[in-house]
Amino acid sequence: MTLLSVENLSVEFATNDGMVQAVDGINFSLDKGQSLAIVGESGSGKSQTVFSLMGLLADNGRASGRAVLDGQDILNLPSAKLNKIRAERMAMIFQDPMTSLNPYMRVSDQMAEVLVHHRGMSKRDAIARSIALLDAVRIPEAAKRVHMFPHEFSGGMRQRVMIAMALLCEPDLLIADEPTTALDVTVQEQIMELLASLQKDMNMAMILITHDLGVVAGSCQDMLVLYGGQVMEQGPTTDLFANPSHPYTRGLLQAIPRLDQDMDALHAIPGSPPNMMNMPQGCPFSPRCNYVTDKCHTHRPKIDRDASGRLRACHVAQGDLT
Amino acid sequence: MSATILQVRDLSVTFDVSPRGAMPWTKPLKLKAVDKVSFNLNKGETLGIVGESGCGKSTLARAVIRMLPASGGSVTWMGQPIFDLSQRNMTALRRDVQMIFQDPLASLDPRMTIGQIVAEPLLTHMPKMSRSERDAEVRAVLDRVGILPSMINRYPHEFSGGQCQRIGIARALITKPDLIVCDEPVSALDVSIQAQVINLLMELQSEIGLSLIFIAHDLSVVKHISDRVMVLYLGNMVELAESKSLYSNAKHPYTKALIASVPVPDPTFAKPEIDALLAGDLPSPINPPSGCVFRTRCSKATELCAREKPVAQSIGSDHSVACHHIED
Repeated sequence: MTLLSVENLSVEFATNDGMVQAVDGINFSLDKGQSLAIVGESGSGKSQTVFSLMGLLADNGRASGRAVLDGQDILNLPSAKLNKIRAERMAMIFQDPMTSLNPYMRVSDQMAEVLVHHRGMSKRDAIARSIALLDAVRIPEAAKRVHMFPHEFSGGMRQRVMIAMALLCEPDLLIADEPTTALDVTVQEQIMELLASLQKDMNMAMILITHDLGVVAGSCQDMLVLYGGQVMEQGPTTDLFANPSHPYTRGLLQAIPRLDQDMDALHAIPGSPPNMMNMPQGCPFSPRCNYVTDKCHTHRPKIDRDASGRLRACHVAQGDLT
Repeated sequence: MSATILQVRDLSVTFDVSPRGAMPWTKPLKLKAVDKVSFNLNKGETLGIVGESGCGKSTLARAVIRMLPASGGSVTWMGQPIFDLSQRNMTALRRDVQMIFQDPLASLDPRMTIGQIVAEPLLTHMPKMSRSERDAEVRAVLDRVGILPSMINRYPHEFSGGQCQRIGIARALITKPDLIVCDEPVSALDVSIQAQVINLLMELQSEIGLSLIFIAHDLSVVKHISDRVMVLYLGNMVELAESKSLYSNAKHPYTKALIASVPVPDPTFAKPEIDALLAGDLPSPINPPSGCVFRTRCSKATELCAREKPVAQSIGSDHSVACHHIED
């Protein structure tokens, strides 16, 4: 059953130097309990995509298109209405758990606030429920630690607090924006495992935003590759890794060193990511692409669905990529 | 192999820290950031240093080149013990040993053009060089790292992160050093740019026989670029091995756990079922566990580990491990 369907989502920012298109015509849909990874480098628009869903765009940002969550278009809703949806239907965790928790409030107060507001619970019940969730995210001695301040937790523990807080109202959709980027690999492993098991237990859908292809491979069924605000390739994770059909996806996969294999030189993608103020006319990846043709510089490739059901935006035929 | 250029013996670094709310006259606590680490570095070799944040990787590298005072041990550079050198004699060392930093933009002076930034080491170390010679050197080195020499009059903010890191590398290269200490040079960069910088460093190394000390928290990057890899945990060296054998032949439980937690970019990859997934966080370095520092998170810890600190022992060529339970 489709939980969220996003159609032709675009995000624009009005800046002093003119309009900047951060996200350009993204489509995806997400079923209950399913997980989708949005992958891209910095500035590719992955965070702005989900910010627009959560109504968190900066004041100069504007989203257009449709994002239907359970029959209701949630794009550009007034915040009074959004506040009913946020936390209860969808919740978000952020990259840096220190700056996204309130340093002046005890964890108990910040967590209880959510339940008191959304569920009308008494504070005592709300704290009891918070302790249960801190337990669920495997924070030791939750009953004692719930009364601590965020700075008294380590980075990994803070991210667990964030996750517990996002799950308080049992949302159908959890958006995780680079949840492990600020953490060490050993802690990252713990957090990703925790997210996977919670997702299964609560039959929750998840959108995972990351730049780390290793994390995607281990956790999401579907993935969407963004570059310069546009979708390059989209499809089941196993397919995309086994047989990447877009030059950018290929480049990304070849650029990461592997621990389990010996490689001579990494295949770096030449050049730098595009400047959003001055996007290439045709395909955004054309200035860095090895397979570039004349058409790529002038015409933006349309997104086509191939036989296996995967979407790709490239002028070069799949068979011509070697 | 070729000659050893750097010898580090029992290097320790201790910081004084005052506990919260302490009175000014109370004795500060000792934080052992690096605890008796020893290694050799050969000419043209890359030594990788990995570990979680707070394990002392940067402190170790900085102490080796005397950017931080060491509290014990010795460092010998080209046969000369450097802790005895006067500041004046350190200048020559500073020319031969350069450093690249993590944050590419923050390590470049925003008010200098990149030409000035890259030329500055020459002004310090070769003040007699003529302006035209210096200019030619700057252009040549910028060209080598892939920055157009015509951009020489631009400021750092006009460049992307990857380009700034190239400029940082150019600044380090211009004195023709023998060793470059790279402190997380690629952690702030995107994957596609990261590969460019790694390839550049490896090319430069084979061209001019540079030695590198390469610090990173990303084990796959370190393994890719290094000849040997040292794994640090809470300021202690737990394993030092050739990077080729590290993945298949790691012996220390911490190294194994670290390897197991690196996500593999392959959805069909079956995770090896190991019990070594680390629970919990790094203990506080102010109050480290007795005996083996890793024992609080180790699945093999026994009473012996709490009592006695394991010493690094050599097992085979270029492979040493500090653990009481290597056999099982």
